Amino acid sequence: MKFDYMSKPTIIPIGPYHPLQAEPELFKLYCDGEIVKDVKWETGYNHRGIEKLSESKTFDQVFFLVERICGICSTSHPFAFANCMEEIVNVEIPDRAKYIRSIIGELERIHSHLLWAGLAGHFLGYNTVFMWVWKYREPVLDLFEIITGNRNSYAMFKIGGVRRDIPNNLVPTIQKNLDALKHKLDLLIGVVMDDPVIHARTKGVGVLTKQDIINFAAVGPTARASGVAIDVRQDDPYAAYPLVNWKVITAEEGDVFAKIAVRLLEMHESVSIIEQCLEGLKKEKEGDIEVKVKNVPEGMGTGRAEAPRGEVFHFVTTDGGYSPVRHKVRAPSYTNISTFKKSCVGQTISDATISLAAVDPCYCCTERMAMVYDYYNKKPILSGKDMIKLSQQKTEELKKKL
Amino acid sequence: MSETEKIIDNIKNKFTQDILNTEVKSKRRATITIPGSALTKMADFLYSDMNFRFITASALESGKGFEIYYHFSNDKTGLVFNIHVVLPKNKPEIESLTCLFEAASWIEREMHEILGINFLNHPNLEKLISEGNWAEGVYPYRKEQQ
Repeated sequence: MKFDYMSKPTIIPIGPYHPLQAEPELFKLYCDGEIVKDVKWETGYNHRGIEKLSESKTFDQVFFLVERICGICSTSHPFAFANCMEEIVNVEIPDRAKYIRSIIGELERIHSHLLWAGLAGHFLGYNTVFMWVWKYREPVLDLFEIITGNRNSYAMFKIGGVRRDIPNNLVPTIQKNLDALKHKLDLLIGVVMDDPVIHARTKGVGVLTKQDIINFAAVGPTARASGVAIDVRQDDPYAAYPLVNWKVITAEEGDVFAKIAVRLLEMHESVSIIEQCLEGLKKEKEGDIEVKVKNVPEGMGTGRAEAPRGEVFHFVTTDGGYSPVRHKVRAPSYTNISTFKKSCVGQTISDATISLAAVDPCYCCTERMAMVYDYYNKKPILSGKDMIKLSQQKTEELKKKL
Repeated sequence: MSETEKIIDNIKNKFTQDILNTEVKSKRRATITIPGSALTKMADFLYSDMNFRFITASALESGKGFEIYYHFSNDKTGLVFNIHVVLPKNKPEIESLTCLFEAASWIEREMHEILGINFLNHPNLEKLISEGNWAEGVYPYRKEQQ
């Protein structure tokens, strides 16, 4: 019996593993020729039972545990957890600790967005952007090392404040690094925003409408690029954000270009926030970085923080003991990834890579796509490398045309 | 009268019969306990009429039974509004919210998987986390498993 190959859609798997990523997943693109017809996803490959583990740790230990949920934005989870616990304990932290928290949070946003911009460049076939941007990211990581002792996983947070102070004599060094960074950011933004090929390649690709964002409850730059101006730093202010001046960056188009623009411009806001926080630090007394919290009463708390990818949400119930009774964590990717179904369907395969990447976490998936054979015709189907190549080829063709 | 109080009053007037308990912790945190049967209409009211955003839901097992907190966010005022429902231990089931917004789909599948709560009328209540490699009818977050 002859099998009808032609009527079967080709399945292209994206995923599941990459060591960089917090949430490995497997996306299956159902394609008819070049066009993506449907997307199915499987998740949970790296389920580590962190919520369950948290119930067997003391509150102090939980900070180190949640810090390891994500390797890139490793401070956003402790940030949300601290906000959550401080709501249960009902304590107001000193201003100096607030400034330090915001400095760490914003430095993290800059390094995460730079990492993203570099990878976006790579996927579009701009490997120079990839190299340069990651070079600019290095001084940010150096700043982390100077301030916290680590380039990643900073262990700065605790209930009632922060663990280490930023001495005032360090402020000029940080400022000097920021000045250099600002210059490089201007350069990067100029290059990316004015490039006709990037415009042609990303405008109108992977569009998410306002209604899609509301329906999928997407957050962070993904939502802001579609004109939904939500940002926890402004809506539910915490740490030093109400003490400094800054604005929420939004765009209306909802396509990949809008997401690029929002992320790039946000970095300038972050630099400005850090500078104002440094000014704030000079006014506060050195060493006044925490309020001693002796015990945690029985209660329930909800804490959130704006991570580079969007709102991180923590829910904790306590019974007056030393550990959480229930600890629920919702990372921004949990809601953002599901928008993929909307942004990719109807696109070509070469656009799927960048549509996927525009949400941010999915980047890492695409890096390590499994090479899977189609059961029916025994032919190898596209691997991650093939897909990136397709995406880069499309950019090359556009370059020639323009 | 603060913005939050106005919102709570508005909800209270609309659902006088259903509200079992109200707890306003601060200007930006409030919890309302309702019976499971009133969940869909209240969630619909919050989402469609009040333009609240669905954050996520948290489920836990306690002495009272299975408890679910549905977290909603009013981004204009920074209010986190929790709808709290308690389900009986012997028959934990509740109407799914997927018909209102897509965002409820994953978290309901997750709660179904880890605690065995049944979500009625969910279009695809498959396992989310441990597809294919976890025993049927064994729920890791239930107290009996500890």
